[in-house]
Amino acid sequence: MKTDNHRAVEKLRTGISSLDIIAKGGLPKKRTTLISGTAGSGKTVFAVQFLAAGIANGEPGVFVTFEESAADIRANMRSFGWDLAKWEEEGKLAFVDASPDPNVETVEAGAFDLGALLARVDNAVKKVKATRVSVDSLGAVFSQFSDQTMVRGELFRIATGLKAMGVTAVLTAERTDDHGPVARFGVEEFIADNVMILRNVLEAESRRRTIEILKFRGCDHQKGEFPFTIVPNGGVIVIPLSAMQLSMRSSSVRISSGNKDLDDMCGGGFFRDSVTLVSGATGTGKTLTVTQFLQGGATNGERCLLLAFEESRDQLIRNANGWGFDFEKMERDGMLRVVCDYPDLSGLEDWLVTIQQIITEFKPQRVALDSLSALENVGTLKAFREFVIGLTSFIKHHEITGMFTATTGSLMGGDSITESNISTLTDSIILLRYVEMFGEMKRGLTVLKMRGSGHDKAIREFTISKGGMQVGRPFRNTTGIIGGAPMQVSPSDVERVWTQYDKAIERRRPESIPGS
Amino acid sequence: MLPGEEELLSKYVLTLYVTGTSPRTRTAIENLNRICAQELDGRYELEIVDVLEHPQRAEDERILATPTLIKQLPPPLRRVIGDLSDKEKVLLGLEVRSAAPSPSRPEAK
Repeated sequence: MKTDNHRAVEKLRTGISSLDIIAKGGLPKKRTTLISGTAGSGKTVFAVQFLAAGIANGEPGVFVTFEESAADIRANMRSFGWDLAKWEEEGKLAFVDASPDPNVETVEAGAFDLGALLARVDNAVKKVKATRVSVDSLGAVFSQFSDQTMVRGELFRIATGLKAMGVTAVLTAERTDDHGPVARFGVEEFIADNVMILRNVLEAESRRRTIEILKFRGCDHQKGEFPFTIVPNGGVIVIPLSAMQLSMRSSSVRISSGNKDLDDMCGGGFFRDSVTLVSGATGTGKTLTVTQFLQGGATNGERCLLLAFEESRDQLIRNANGWGFDFEKMERDGMLRVVCDYPDLSGLEDWLVTIQQIITEFKPQRVALDSLSALENVGTLKAFREFVIGLTSFIKHHEITGMFTATTGSLMGGDSITESNISTLTDSIILLRYVEMFGEMKRGLTVLKMRGSGHDKAIREFTISKGGMQVGRPFRNTTGIIGGAPMQVSPSDVERVWTQYDKAIERRRPESIPGS
Repeated sequence: MLPGEEELLSKYVLTLYVTGTSPRTRTAIENLNRICAQELDGRYELEIVDVLEHPQRAEDERILATPTLIKQLPPPLRRVIGDLSDKEKVLLGLEVRSAAPSPSRPEAK
């Protein structure tokens, strides 16, 4: 016992990898953790997943249910790919079914305790040699008995009993409000050593799930809310933003953008694990830039993934054909995968998980997303930023080159919500702009930013024809392109400005470089 | 109806689940014995099960609370939980009509 005082609380890797990251290693071992949340916040899924992940790791578990019957849980969890009945047969899982039996009428006549329940849990733990126990849910115990004071006392006894059995336990509890008291009966959070909160908040007409570790007695964890999602065949997946950013590497290998001229403007191509944002009004050539980028990858023997949220598959293929690129052949060769979907089909957290799964499975070297702006309105601004951070760090971590597009609201100049919110997250920014000149719309292109590299500062004219993008000369006699108000300047004025600029540099030279 | 058949039909089969030999266990057993003696007049079989020794039986019967008294026969199946100190509730729960109706003096000997 003496040594226990000196030893820090050990953590149990839950096997839910994303949770282990925010919990800094897992749940405190041989302790009880309360999972509190409103109806539909994912408590039962979490409780079952905690056991499922353990069983996958050779750690048997016991599920104590006070609410749904064991049969219902077995059926409900099939969609997550968890075959509880099989695990029961294999002796890896045991149920303690404490759900109310509607066929039996019970009368209370005097004082009682929950000794039988504790004996059953103990029996089940011994039977399968369980190291993990889930109890779902504490609130349902209160509704089974009229004597609330007794229930309170007994819940403490059960929590103590679980610790005495040496198991790591997850106890769920209901709360009535996503931002109210921790749990309905006001005692649940004192029963357990640790408290985690699941939220399912309605924001801007969409549901946003988050998980927060409120307290871990005696050990460290990440603070604040983390978005999570619940997916079929996977269960709860937490999106641990801060952990993702830490693990980024940086490459100095250059790859082609798929266009020689653009490569030159970028100082020799994109960096391999960089993310480029292509921003411009509708029709300026964003999808073309993406198409070239994918073609460049395929030509180079790199697998490419296109996530298209604006155009249908057929449209994309037709457009690419128009520029002289054959998407269908690239797909047949296994060099390209095109994923087309309506952005509103699921929440941003779900999109992130889906995209991560596709990337993990297809293992592309290049990923293009056209366009981010289409995803902007799926969730809140915060969720959008988290999505971009999550995706950016994920593809960087896998040393994938990324290209995102953003649509600006106004035809001439201006920026987009996407651009102003995520420009700091991307490594390079390419601006595509319409330039009005003498009654004609020309297209201009500039490399605004290129992290870790020199680049062309000019705004160059480009044309689109079969064969793709042809970059031409800079708009030397025009100013105000980026601002959206192009103005012609006479060649003599331009000459004068540049001459003065050159002179100024020459005048400074003897001071800065002595001896020359 | 043959003599004795009525007796067979009205025989009470009771099981009392308890946790160990706690004071509450003793109280429940004492209360039950008294009620049975007063009201059932020998027409009963009683089994006492300690859930600490037989947890699987508690599991099979899905028992949470102790003490729990289960009446298997005569039907319907009934459960009474608690230390059985409230005689009226016990009789209500077991659906026993008091042999000598004396609701005003439930604890009288």
